[in-house]
Amino acid sequence: MDLKEKLVSSFLAFENDMDVESPVHDIRSEAMKNFELKGFPSKKEEAWKYTSLNSLQKIDFSIFPKEISALEYKNVKKYFIHEIDTYKIVFVDGIYSSYLSETTHDGVDICLMSSALTKPMYKQVIDVYFNKVASKDETLTTLNTAFSKEGAFIYIPKNKMPKKPVEIIHFSTGNEASLMLQPRSLIVAEENSELQVIERHQSLTSNEVFTNSVTEIFAAKSAIIDYYKVQNDAASASLVDNTYISQKDHSHVKVHTFSFGGKLTRNNLNFYQNGEHIDSTMKGVTILGDKQHVDHHTLVHHIEPNCESHQDYKGIYGENSTGVFNGKIIVDKIAQKTNAFQQNNNILVSDKATINTKPQLEIFADDVKCSHGCTIGQLDEDALFYLQSRGIPKKEARALLMYAFANNVLESVKIPELKTRINKLIANKLGVRLGFDL
Amino acid sequence: MLKINNLHARVEDKEILKGINLEINAGEVHAIMGPNGSGKSTLAAVIAGKEEFEVTEGSVELDGENLEDDAPEERAHKGIFLSFQYPVEIPGVSVTNFMKTAINESRKAKGLEDMPANQMLKLIREKAELLEIDRKFLSRSLNEGFSGGEKKRNEIFQMAMLEPKLAILDETDSGLDIDALRIVANGVNKLKSKDNAVLVITHYQRLLDYIVPDFVHVLHNGKIVKSGGKELALELEEKGYDWLKQETVA
Repeated sequence: MDLKEKLVSSFLAFENDMDVESPVHDIRSEAMKNFELKGFPSKKEEAWKYTSLNSLQKIDFSIFPKEISALEYKNVKKYFIHEIDTYKIVFVDGIYSSYLSETTHDGVDICLMSSALTKPMYKQVIDVYFNKVASKDETLTTLNTAFSKEGAFIYIPKNKMPKKPVEIIHFSTGNEASLMLQPRSLIVAEENSELQVIERHQSLTSNEVFTNSVTEIFAAKSAIIDYYKVQNDAASASLVDNTYISQKDHSHVKVHTFSFGGKLTRNNLNFYQNGEHIDSTMKGVTILGDKQHVDHHTLVHHIEPNCESHQDYKGIYGENSTGVFNGKIIVDKIAQKTNAFQQNNNILVSDKATINTKPQLEIFADDVKCSHGCTIGQLDEDALFYLQSRGIPKKEARALLMYAFANNVLESVKIPELKTRINKLIANKLGVRLGFDL
Repeated sequence: MLKINNLHARVEDKEILKGINLEINAGEVHAIMGPNGSGKSTLAAVIAGKEEFEVTEGSVELDGENLEDDAPEERAHKGIFLSFQYPVEIPGVSVTNFMKTAINESRKAKGLEDMPANQMLKLIREKAELLEIDRKFLSRSLNEGFSGGEKKRNEIFQMAMLEPKLAILDETDSGLDIDALRIVANGVNKLKSKDNAVLVITHYQRLLDYIVPDFVHVLHNGKIVKSGGKELALELEEKGYDWLKQETVA
């Protein structure tokens, strides 16, 4: 039985445990029909030309993990930004871990999707927002929608700001030989509210994990959201991250994606600007080695006038790694005075590494500023010589140049401890000490 | 200190240095002058060990030791410093952090521990003062957005930090206004001692009013065609390089 068949038959069992009277049930059934019809995306589709899910489909993944396995905080502490106090929503093998989490209902709701989907007090929010920006057509998103049950739920009312950042961490313990996870999260920031989120998927063993995640984010008028994705997972972990963001007037949403690990990572990051004077920012640092593969597919849909979008993705590819950047910008006819910028710069440090980069601009308005640029290069020999002539050995000089190349993406990281952590991950990934504290 | 014997070097198929002989002793200042394309910057880069250039004949010796197999960083550890005509910009790495890395890598190569942070800070402040460098400047990203003058001043600041035996200044005067030129030259002069040496590479005589050479060599078409005292620089300034070209043809 291949993975699709297994998922289709598992859905029946999944439904048995769910409240069939709930409107969410109809959404799930509808979504399942779409997945059943389309199945997994194949390389024949333009959007999946460079990323194959074939080998994953041959693995016999457990769809429902058996029982909760306990994790000791001290053993997983390093995966948290433990230098600062944070709210934590933690899942172990897809199941909420109250022991590792710190949720709140104090003025803001930072809790669980399973509560939001079942408790009457959240019904209104679910009715208004759940599955409203996520695609009803994209096959992996609908697969997640069909199985939507657990994940993070964050609701920030008007004018509120949580006291501290929120960490969302998904651990997998390897209790199952191979495990498929489908977290579903919903984040709503009402008018003039503010929120910072750090998301991480972490496999703790070398057992296969396949995560198909969907996150819906709504930023109301003048809301500010900073979202950080830390992707530094084990070599046997694969992730398809589908993030959908809907923004209203004057809101600012920034998503930083740090991709340093994992076997296969696909980021589908989609911004919809449903208002004016919106700012959408996407920043990415990708550093890969071995046979790692990361595919960034971004979309910004400028639907209304007077908005901006900024994309800055930097990639360093070594050994046999492969990267993809596909940045799509749509500017509707009505969306005059749009400013859309896109930049993708890459360094290949090995002859066997590859990057496929493609801007995709569909502009229907005439009074817009759109720019895009991509570069693929090696390290500058003159710069290397300069550093070496100051006594810095070639290996360290190379690392310093790569660090400098990736570093300016970090300037917009607002949490200093996270910035330091990412800096260290970059230095670590490049395999050297930089000779100074970051 | 530095001994260059019949040095030939080429880049790809083009021979640029065609038999250079030069000896520099401790305590001396030498100037190499010459028209564009004569091989001045190539000579500087070859001494510093740039791999792009292939040495086909001859040798470069420092204190009697052939540098042939030494990488640029090893030459730096042995005391060679090159002030670049076009210093490279490194965003995200401050001048201070860059110097820490450079100093500690040199110490590591000599089997020494990292320099203690307070000592490093003191050294940086002292040398920054010498070059009239503002504190704020030290926390800026290396060479990023620096003016021409700031870049060159920063080069000499690095030289002051690393205290080389032999400093090669490649067109350090280009892009400098008169005030910056004075500060840079003043820095170099203060760093000069009986134990080190300076090789100034320049197109114009201007810098040599401030850093006075003991010897002046004229490089033309990959060879030193004339050597003399500091008065040779003035002669070149007056007559230009054309008379030399004719002389060598004849």
